[in-house]
Amino acid sequence: MLHLFPGQLGHFFVVTAFVFAGASALAYFLGLRSENPEDSKKYTRFGRTFFLIHAVSAVGTVVMLFWIIYNHYYEYHYAWSHSSNNLPVYYMISCFWEGQEGSFLLWIFWHVVLGSLLIILHPKWEAPTMMVFMMVQAFLGSMILGVILPGIQLKIGSSPFILLREFMQDAPIFATNPDFVPEDGTGLNPLLQNYWMVIHPPVTFLGFASCLIPFSFLIGALVKKDYKGWVSYALPWSLFAVFFLGLGIIMGGYWAYETLNFGGYWNWDPVENAVYIPWLVLVASVHTLFMSRTYGKSLKASMILVVATFSLILYSTFLTRSGVLGDTSVHSFTDLGLSGQLLIYLLFFVGLSIFLLARNWKSVPDQSKELNSYSREFWVFIGVFMLILASFQVLMTTSIPVFNTILNNLGISSNLAPPADPMAHYGTAQLWFAVGISVLSALGPFFWWNRLDWTSFKNHVTLPLIISLLGSSLIMLLWGIQNISYILLLTCAIFAISANLFTLQKLYKAGLRLTGGSIAHIGLAILLIGILFSSGYSRTVSQNLSGKIYHEEFSDEMNLKNVLLWRGKTYQMGEYSLTYLGPRVETRYGSEMIDRDKIIQTSDPNFVIIENEVEPGSEIPKQSVDTVEIIAENNYYEIEVSMENGKRFTLFPRAQINPDMGGLLASPDVKKFFNRDLYAHVSSIVNPEEPVEWKNETSLRIKIGDTIFLKDHPAVFEKMETIEEIAGHQLSDGDVGVKARIRIFGPGEEEFIEPIFIIHDQMIGRLPDESIGLGLRLTLMEILPDENLFVFKFQSTQADYVILKAMEKPWINLLWGGTLLCLFGVILSMSRRFKDLKTD
Amino acid sequence: MKKTHIIVLVIIAACIAIIMSTAGDASQYVSFRDAREMAESGNDKLFHVVGELPKDQEGNILGMDESQKLMFSFDLVDTNNEIGRVIYAEPKPVDFERAEKVVVVGKMDGEQFVAEKILMKCPSKYVEEEITETS
Repeated sequence: MLHLFPGQLGHFFVVTAFVFAGASALAYFLGLRSENPEDSKKYTRFGRTFFLIHAVSAVGTVVMLFWIIYNHYYEYHYAWSHSSNNLPVYYMISCFWEGQEGSFLLWIFWHVVLGSLLIILHPKWEAPTMMVFMMVQAFLGSMILGVILPGIQLKIGSSPFILLREFMQDAPIFATNPDFVPEDGTGLNPLLQNYWMVIHPPVTFLGFASCLIPFSFLIGALVKKDYKGWVSYALPWSLFAVFFLGLGIIMGGYWAYETLNFGGYWNWDPVENAVYIPWLVLVASVHTLFMSRTYGKSLKASMILVVATFSLILYSTFLTRSGVLGDTSVHSFTDLGLSGQLLIYLLFFVGLSIFLLARNWKSVPDQSKELNSYSREFWVFIGVFMLILASFQVLMTTSIPVFNTILNNLGISSNLAPPADPMAHYGTAQLWFAVGISVLSALGPFFWWNRLDWTSFKNHVTLPLIISLLGSSLIMLLWGIQNISYILLLTCAIFAISANLFTLQKLYKAGLRLTGGSIAHIGLAILLIGILFSSGYSRTVSQNLSGKIYHEEFSDEMNLKNVLLWRGKTYQMGEYSLTYLGPRVETRYGSEMIDRDKIIQTSDPNFVIIENEVEPGSEIPKQSVDTVEIIAENNYYEIEVSMENGKRFTLFPRAQINPDMGGLLASPDVKKFFNRDLYAHVSSIVNPEEPVEWKNETSLRIKIGDTIFLKDHPAVFEKMETIEEIAGHQLSDGDVGVKARIRIFGPGEEEFIEPIFIIHDQMIGRLPDESIGLGLRLTLMEILPDENLFVFKFQSTQADYVILKAMEKPWINLLWGGTLLCLFGVILSMSRRFKDLKTD
Repeated sequence: MKKTHIIVLVIIAACIAIIMSTAGDASQYVSFRDAREMAESGNDKLFHVVGELPKDQEGNILGMDESQKLMFSFDLVDTNNEIGRVIYAEPKPVDFERAEKVVVVGKMDGEQFVAEKILMKCPSKYVEEEITETS
């Protein structure tokens, strides 16, 4: 039985939302343009009604798509390709936006929420702002329309409600059975099964969505020819966008730090850059909006930057979703053939804004006189340019595939490729912009709040300058910093902190609400120091000091910068001593770690049976009970760490079986200290998917009490005992069951190997037992009662190990702390500007 | 000259510097022959080579060697139809055989191309073959 109704209803909602977005935009436009106030009111009312229908349909679409995912309706391609049966509800939410269509839908949803807020909060601006909102909604709606225009066979949008059989028309299974429904989905990429991936995309998209608000106020203002009024609305909403987009970026960074193994929080991947580029320009626009709001100055600059921010949001969307990045990014969305539509979307709004700006350019009041270096706006302006240049640098390099495409379409062959070492390319340039931004974030606020002359400047700047020079010299000596650009950044960041602290102290007397800017700048400077130390002085602590290489075919990096940990053996790594205790699996609920050697697989890899822990040597027979659900993709490696100061902790680095990302994927575990993080991930492991290969077979003839060596480990054949039951089954009367007990003195705790020998219905059964950790296996082959001898078959395999890479990231907490402080400053500033709106 | 002009000039200079540095750091898509010439002339930069995997008539990939489990080497036919030997110091990426197009980032070392990164372009619809009736 196919569940066709939810999809049809969902598709109906999509079409309705699209149509009414267009209708609403038109009605609002007419409301804005009509001279007669009665007409204007009437049209605006129409616009609002259409918006309501649009809003209900948009929410209805979201509900239907989630319904399909929630109920595992795998007849739908979206559910099949993004979800699976064993996914908990909170990850079903992530499935929702894993695909391109769902993320468009999320974006539409936020616009609906923000649009409703605008209507409620700023009724005077309803028609102008909502007109722009609804145009954007119509474009976004068209992306998920999934309608084929009859006649010209033009497909518009890609519907999330497409059935699997429509998606795979050639699949043979649908030819024989059109009603075929797969039993399980292909699942959410295991890498995305992380709580940050539940929260990070909605926050980022809220940031993206809120960039539309200042833009729509501006466009509305240009249509209304009210060139000043819009600023007081655009400012708080721009701060709102700065907050959410910034929060989204840092959440993404934190997720990458925790989950990916490149050892950092930022990789300069085009998808990351696509958020970073507009965010910098957004921050620049906030600064000019401040000037426009307070002094009525730099209106034109504000207009240009607001347009630029929104255009860059559209450009980013185009970059990540059109497929133009091709093979330069690992995690851009798959190409859905929307590039034409996305390009029209981009060009439409860029064209509209340029047209409106050009038409009104002469009428926009312009107060700019010759810039004076003591004027308030001068230094803010320099800072704004610094931000724009920083953004421009990332934009140019990220756009290389776009340049190639354009040039090749013009018939000029271009073979530019993105830099082979992006970290160095972006890092070096951005470091210098960070130096400039630090200096200006010290000078800007100073000129903003103080009397503008040389004496005042001298009086106020001397002390922070001395503090920063002394402070940075001290840190330089303590840390032995020699890199000139690092020293410069450190000095300038301390300068920014101290200068803003003085401003803060003065402003605090006038009330907390004025201090947003100072706090944000202090936070920014702390954040920069955090980046400087955690990235610039990240140190690999896992040095191979054994004097031997692990494998001649490993790279030097692998051989020299990693430690090899045999299971049970303690290894000293700097001040840490590490003991690898063995592989673990994680229960799906409660996140408990279970020893992988003690579980029994079932036919479903996600469910295992646990053999209960039995004290070695106790007489209680092993019982297999408790079926538990585990996260089968996740393999953990328990590593016990003790430090010289007596501290002990456990690391659980992870290796994930992730075919989407190229096989085995390592994720780190991080131990946080006050002044550093210890960051460790496995570089090589015994592949858990590969069956164990037992080899080097030898035969042992031994007596009870004999001591033998098994692969260099001493072992004692302690005793034989009879057993009554085996794996929960009682042995019957005629059966014989015995168990040998061999105690092994490995590098870790003592272990027992207990092979079993049974005679059941006159058949001999031999159950080998093994120590996976040591790579030993014994089978009791024969019992020779006359000679009092027992014959064992001994086999061995690779002992269990992990190769671990560990790094220390000094002062990384400054990065997270500075970010939070910076965002807190943005909130203070935002709430002040929202309050101003009420009193206006 | 007014201050504004100086600032404008400085900004233009900065933009040019940015563009130059972008162009300077940018890698290039080249053929094996170019990469070899470049390496021989002492150019130490990493290049991108785009190519396809040589296949026989049944669609089996030719010249792939994964006998060394920790290293992987294969043949790649570049856009000039020249076959180059690529060495990758890591295990074979999953789904490698499915790649329609392979981009290797690295440099020539003698007659071999030592890849530091492998990017694959897989046909987006390969899933079609995977779906079979399980019920």
